Amino acid sequence: MAGATLLDIKGVQTYYGNIRALNGVDVTVNQGEIVALIGANGAGKSTLMMTIFGAPRARAGTITFAGTNITQMPTHEIARMRIAQSPEGRRIFPRMTVMENLQMGASLDNLQHFDEDAEKVFTLFPRLKERIGQRGGTLSGGEQQMLSIARALMARPKLLLLDEPSLGLAPLIVKQIFDAIRALNKTQGLTVFLVEQNAFGALKLADRGYVMVNGNVTMSGTGKELLANPEVRAAYLEGGHH
Amino acid sequence: MAVTASPERDIVVPPMQRAFREALYAGAIALGLFVLFIGLRTDQNISNELILVQRWGLLALVVILTAVGRFLYVAYAQPFLASLKVADVATGLLPESMATRFFRIPYLFAAIIIAVALLALAGSLDGLLGPDLAGYARFLRALAIIYAVASVMFYFRSFIHDHFSALGVSALALYPVVVVLTLALYSGSVAGGFQGSLKWVDNFGIQILIYVMLAWGLNIVIGLAGLLDLGYVAFYAVGAYAYALLGTHFGLSFWILLPAAGCMAAFWGVMLGFPVLRLRGDYLAIVTLAFGEIIRLVLINWREVTNGSAGVSGIPKVSFFGLISFNVSDPNYIAKVLNIATSSAYYKIFLYYLILGLCLLTAFVTIRLRRLPVGRAWEALREDEIACRSLGINTTTTKLTAFATGAMFGGFAGSFFAARQGFVSPESFVFLESAIVLAIVVLGGMGSLPGIAVAALVMIGGTEALRELDFLKRIFGPDFTPELYRMLLFGMAMVIVMLWKPRGFVGSREPTAFLKKRKAVSGSFTKEGHG
Repeated sequence: MAGATLLDIKGVQTYYGNIRALNGVDVTVNQGEIVALIGANGAGKSTLMMTIFGAPRARAGTITFAGTNITQMPTHEIARMRIAQSPEGRRIFPRMTVMENLQMGASLDNLQHFDEDAEKVFTLFPRLKERIGQRGGTLSGGEQQMLSIARALMARPKLLLLDEPSLGLAPLIVKQIFDAIRALNKTQGLTVFLVEQNAFGALKLADRGYVMVNGNVTMSGTGKELLANPEVRAAYLEGGHH
Repeated sequence: MAVTASPERDIVVPPMQRAFREALYAGAIALGLFVLFIGLRTDQNISNELILVQRWGLLALVVILTAVGRFLYVAYAQPFLASLKVADVATGLLPESMATRFFRIPYLFAAIIIAVALLALAGSLDGLLGPDLAGYARFLRALAIIYAVASVMFYFRSFIHDHFSALGVSALALYPVVVVLTLALYSGSVAGGFQGSLKWVDNFGIQILIYVMLAWGLNIVIGLAGLLDLGYVAFYAVGAYAYALLGTHFGLSFWILLPAAGCMAAFWGVMLGFPVLRLRGDYLAIVTLAFGEIIRLVLINWREVTNGSAGVSGIPKVSFFGLISFNVSDPNYIAKVLNIATSSAYYKIFLYYLILGLCLLTAFVTIRLRRLPVGRAWEALREDEIACRSLGINTTTTKLTAFATGAMFGGFAGSFFAARQGFVSPESFVFLESAIVLAIVVLGGMGSLPGIAVAALVMIGGTEALRELDFLKRIFGPDFTPELYRMLLFGMAMVIVMLWKPRGFVGSREPTAFLKKRKAVSGSFTKEGHG
């Protein structure tokens, strides 16, 4: 099911001041895939996510998206390449309503397809439709996560980046969100790059996975391979899943 | 097994005892604070030496008043307020239970009777009561009128709430007419009506509306885009000097220079915007503060152009689009054109409508912009800059447009100010002005146009009203000038408002988008601009 390479990360090094957070990371995401990146706290997963978006910029290496080198582009222009992100901590607009949050997501096309796309995300997350006039900040954690993903989808992305969509959510909600991601991938062929601490759920969902330790990618393989790998099991799964 | 609470925790200190103790503490703190401020004063004696004057009596008075105040507050006011909180349904201004006790029909009738009686006796008050008591009577009359107006507003509160903008705009549009008519009836002649209206239209009306406009302009930068700008007065100054200099040197008309002043201020808004793009919050505030000072210092020191601290005088008056002039010597002077008696009040009334129009323009543009992508991007920028950027918003241009738009309205207000005063000097553009405008925006509730208008009315109208309290001189002696205490009163008022409504008068934010029921909900915001 994997198509041509969509996102190609080669030898990327990112620094915070003088501290190196990524030591030459190589990751590829192909058209139509779900790729998961797992790792412990501080491994550099979110840094990689932010580096794709140019904040902070990579000091070495290249990031290519659909054949264009985006390594040195400013963040908003990367977003205009149709890469959308549900960032770590969701970062919805708390004082704006659900509707306005979605409008912000659709600002690339100046709301051209707004009604149509809004209907689509409401079928995916019916809960959001009930909350349409409510302020983002008054939503529950799960609803905020749904809103964050929905807002990203409103941009009609070619690639969706998700940073810890399961963070702080009840297992049932996590399942709903993962189901929604799977549905998006199956029905619309959306390419998803997912960062997760919930290794079991993420690897089950993903076609392929990468394991990150201290700013290096140490392992990669299909989701099933990684799930079966004893090292991965020992480090991320034993006692962690149910 | 059973958990026993420690016995000390269960003892509730009786309110009286607690009040007494807290009163002692408050007295001690007041003594410590004021012993050097009030207890001792330096003065010069006849031989020009510095001597210490001891004022222990005054100090004792202050300390006792503090202690008694604290005692009364803890013993009576606190339990009362706590009991009210149980039934605390906000009416918008007061908790319902308090309001229904305060506003009653018999009280309203009493207030109306007092007001009418004292109005009827107005001319003979001094003769009847002597100057002292007449002063109090006038104060009582003012209170009675305020009470009557407030209780009428209270009884119609839901109607006022629903139609706030429309009512507000019509009240503002009718204000000069009502003032002139009332005063004409009062003085018995039309000319007297116009003459008496000067103070009400100019000192209250125009003054307040200038601040409404400035605050609405600043609201775009602070309330919508969330960029804390402490140097807003700089754009006001740019607009004022643009009109003052171009108007006096080149004789250009106000109607040409108004947009020019707006563009000039917007240009300086962008100039300020560029260096501060990367700053946020406190850092941005400091730089904008410095920018305000730079503009003021340039105005003072660039004497060849700005005439330094002496200022620019003889700024031409605004004409009615060149058709009707307000200069007595002109052939098309309003009194000659319309064949009426000469009066300076016409110009003030014209200026009132001019600034009202400019205010409505500001409100209209703000409301429209909020619905457009750029306005939505401003608000999103205030909420989360990083999220904005990752949604493809160019935060650089978004911030610059916010600065430029806010500055443009500041520039409009500035050129109006220059036209109204006929004179500008750097004195008018000190940091205090920025602070007052900022205070209005914060008190009103950031982002809320009606809230900000009410805050401007309270703060600026309050200052002007303090000038009217002449009778206080009879109590505190002829040296007492109530307007000198306005900053103290402002400070107190702001602390109280911020304790009681931490998000400002109108803290809630009106959404701009609705799914298929737009007409039903957004009315309150659209009307304001169209009125």
